Amino acid sequence: MVKSVKQEMAGWGNFPKYTGFVYQPESTSDIQAILEQETGNQIAYGLGRSYGDNALNKDNGMLVLDKMNHMLAFDEHTGILTCEAGVSLADIIEVFLPQGFFPPVTPGTKLVTVGGAIANDVHGKNHHADGTFSEFVRSFDLLLASGEMITCSREKNTDVFWATVGGIGLTGIIVRATIQLMRVETSQIKATYEKARNIDEAFDRFQENDANFKYSVAWIDCLSTGDSLGRSVLMRGDHAEKVDLKNGIREPLALPKKPGLKIPVHAPSFALNYWSISIFNQLYYKSYKNETKLVDLTSFFYPLDAISDWNKLYGKKGFVQYQAVFPKDNEPKEGIRKLLEKLSHEKRSSFLAVLKSSGKANDALLSFPIEGYTLALDIPIKRELFSFLKELDEIVVAFGGRVYLAKDSTLDMETFHKMYPQWEQFMMIKQRLDPGGRFSSSMSRRLGLG
Amino acid sequence: MRTVLVLGATSTIAQKTVHRLAARKMNLILAGRQPDQLETMKRDLEIRYQIKVSVKSFDALDFDGHEMFFSNVLAENDRIDGVLLMYGAMSDQREAEQSFAKSRKMIDVNYTSAVSILNIAASYFEKKKHGFIGAVSSVAGDRGRQSNYIYGSTKAGLSAYLQGLRNRLHKSGVQVLTIKPGIVNSKMTYGTVEDSPLLAEPEKVAGDIDRAILKRRNVLYTPWFWLVIMLAVKLIPEWLFKRTEL
Repeated sequence: MVKSVKQEMAGWGNFPKYTGFVYQPESTSDIQAILEQETGNQIAYGLGRSYGDNALNKDNGMLVLDKMNHMLAFDEHTGILTCEAGVSLADIIEVFLPQGFFPPVTPGTKLVTVGGAIANDVHGKNHHADGTFSEFVRSFDLLLASGEMITCSREKNTDVFWATVGGIGLTGIIVRATIQLMRVETSQIKATYEKARNIDEAFDRFQENDANFKYSVAWIDCLSTGDSLGRSVLMRGDHAEKVDLKNGIREPLALPKKPGLKIPVHAPSFALNYWSISIFNQLYYKSYKNETKLVDLTSFFYPLDAISDWNKLYGKKGFVQYQAVFPKDNEPKEGIRKLLEKLSHEKRSSFLAVLKSSGKANDALLSFPIEGYTLALDIPIKRELFSFLKELDEIVVAFGGRVYLAKDSTLDMETFHKMYPQWEQFMMIKQRLDPGGRFSSSMSRRLGLG
Repeated sequence: MRTVLVLGATSTIAQKTVHRLAARKMNLILAGRQPDQLETMKRDLEIRYQIKVSVKSFDALDFDGHEMFFSNVLAENDRIDGVLLMYGAMSDQREAEQSFAKSRKMIDVNYTSAVSILNIAASYFEKKKHGFIGAVSSVAGDRGRQSNYIYGSTKAGLSAYLQGLRNRLHKSGVQVLTIKPGIVNSKMTYGTVEDSPLLAEPEKVAGDIDRAILKRRNVLYTPWFWLVIMLAVKLIPEWLFKRTEL
């Protein structure tokens, strides 16, 4: 009998919060035992960095997999790692960066599990160059509702592979994965910072020379208006090679040890408001100048990981993250301009807004990125946020775009169907693998995914 | 490189403690009853820390097999520098009151088996004049309370045993560490204890254990505030204590 605790759980946005039964399985046989002993449905939960409800399961089971975090095999010649699904990118970096390896795709936090990275098919600053996380997944072992375990790859159980990649945990529990790590010579990024006075300039830069950089992203001030609408700082770069380092650095792969900050309690909900964010944005924009310099990997990829529990800055009510992608051939700039206009018009302050170009879509049925441009925003929860988000959704649909499920908590079924036309194919595979609906989440029920 | 034998290596506290030892480049012998899980831990520790880890089947209740187990471990390893006993059994107090079988299981696992295997380890270290023995007892052994005195009495026995052993091995330069955790968030307690400010994370306990080994401490209360709590609990006179609901 595997025990559970009835507990209120939330994603990183602290919205929504649902109470369900939390299990802490330590092995595949624990998960099999849970499936056997319980009649309710289950969803995998990793480190809780998805923002909304894709790993929440109201009144049902949530399998917290962070205890299944063992590394199982590593080939130092090829950089191929086999590990349990609860291993985090932080673990991988800690162990393998000193040996000259780095995850080839990483989202804006390293505190995500490998299983979660597959189930959300996460992407990073190099999507335009390298694609999503699944690009580097050789195979994974999936525990099905029947209790049977299957190995999925591009060659084996291909349809299950592409349904599970981005499939937000609904096809089964990913228990192990084999992934390809990338060789790096140093722990530094040669980063180029460039300011763009408005969205037109930012797009021009992206189009001009994004292909020259492996990593590319723009911080965008979404409170600026008029001619400055969409003014931004482009942050682009490549892994520094040994020759790029100043002479005298003896350990090219070492990371600086920095004291971390911790947000101890939820900030009052007024702390991040239009005025404070607007002042922050002014200062932040001014703090950059056009230059190329070396920055360490953690500051470049994970600036917010230095502040643990930064989500508490948004107060107890929490916040939503909204990330949309606009396809390249459908005037993406106009779509993004419309979103920004709407935000700045309604003074919906976003502390963090990020613009980047995205590369070609892959074969995963529910994977988010499509070729074009993506904009990500944090929006605090207040005054009629949900009708506002609906209006954003309408703009996104009108431009043929979609929102990212890893960050969503409000999308309705009808809009989801428009954004992800392959949902029907997904459901066919889901029903074949899980006819009894043993894997389900608050998100999947909201979106009609079983 | 030094080598530590960990008995009950899949317990939550052990799983966290072995990472600390491995980070100090100690080789490990993981012993327990779950070969698959031990094998998984072995691979993980070897990849993460580039140390040597071996896996050994160990059944605490197979008292007759303990001699053989220990001599096999010695035969397969050049040296052993420490033994950590980190398993334990805890069943519901009420059920244990009604069932001697359940009481006896706790006595056998927590006390009898410890005496059996640590007697053997002690003689080895005594001869070597080197090494350490650490065992996970509990604050529950410091005073019997109606809510868990059967479990508590097994740990009281273990604590007294370790006390005597420390006395005996002092002149041989062998450290004996009595580890007394409070309530720890672990497999053993998950789903049975309420969330409370006293509930400690196993990582914290593991860090304390690692430091206590390094500093050659005798008795470790972990987290530290249990020292204060148990001091107070021990000071309450019996005529008053027997009236409490603890």
